[in-house]
Amino acid sequence: MSKNGQNILLLLAVMVLVAYPLLTVRAAKVSPGQEPVAIFTGADGQVEGVIRQLAPDYQPWATPLLEPPSSEIESLLFALQAVLGAGFIGYYFGVRRERARQRAADGSSSAA
Amino acid sequence: MHIMEGFLPAEHALAWSAATLPFVALGLRAIKKKVREKPELKMLVGVSAAFTFVLSALKLPSVTGSCSHPTGTGLGAVLFGPLAMAPIATIVLLFQALLLAHGGLTTLGANVFSMGVVGPLVAYVLFRSGRFLRLPQGVTLFVAVTLADLSTYLTTSVQLALAFPDPTGGFAAALAKFAGIFALTQIPLAISEGLLTVLLFNVLAKHSAGELHDLGLPLVREGARS
Repeated sequence: MSKNGQNILLLLAVMVLVAYPLLTVRAAKVSPGQEPVAIFTGADGQVEGVIRQLAPDYQPWATPLLEPPSSEIESLLFALQAVLGAGFIGYYFGVRRERARQRAADGSSSAA
Repeated sequence: MHIMEGFLPAEHALAWSAATLPFVALGLRAIKKKVREKPELKMLVGVSAAFTFVLSALKLPSVTGSCSHPTGTGLGAVLFGPLAMAPIATIVLLFQALLLAHGGLTTLGANVFSMGVVGPLVAYVLFRSGRFLRLPQGVTLFVAVTLADLSTYLTTSVQLALAFPDPTGGFAAALAKFAGIFALTQIPLAISEGLLTVLLFNVLAKHSAGELHDLGLPLVREGARS
């Protein structure tokens, strides 16, 4: 199989892995008046519940210096982080591609 | 895998920081040495860091009904060796601790240890073993990075279980509880990280074959390694 074909399959597999839980996991039904159970919360946060259960007396001895004032701002910062990374990767391959093209063009013109 | 700010007792926080510091220092030295020998590798260090930035920003849903994120540190470990990702993970985790309240300064050492030391070490050892046994490169890379991602989350579970042992079941019972949250959720995400790393490696093999060669990763036809 060509590398391009393989890469497309790899991307599709990741999309399936991400989409599958979204389509299959359903929040537990609750009787009226009960708080609905949140799903797809962060594992990092759930751990806090386990710590409180294992060590009810534990007091965190430091708090974050800055906390995003809302979940929108938090998404903004996560998006910024992803954009910085993806932007650099895109830039890198753009440079590589252009350099290879330039080299191929120089090669053919000097041969002519 | 982010242990939240203040959620490790002070002596644990200190011990993990002390354990992590030498890896960060040696990692910086390893990167500097590689870049001094071959300055054109600088951009590839950037790509490894950028990959970690992207993957650790993506909180993905899992079959357990929770969300977590991949780490992205396996690729850089395979390219630059097991130490190089410690300083890079420190940068990413510092960004998240300072701006996002994810992780923290007191838990930075413990978090770098799981994401920037253990994960990369597992990725590197498994990848090298696979190459030594002449297993197909793509499969080796996938397995190495997937298990590296899982090992990071297992390390976090161990760190938390050491700090908060179960009052009746002790360390083992606490480990089961923490790993139950982290490790299970992480399985599909670790597989995604493995697949995405193979994808990026394929693109690097096409556009940066020279650099990969400089890093001792000559492009070999599978099964025909000389």
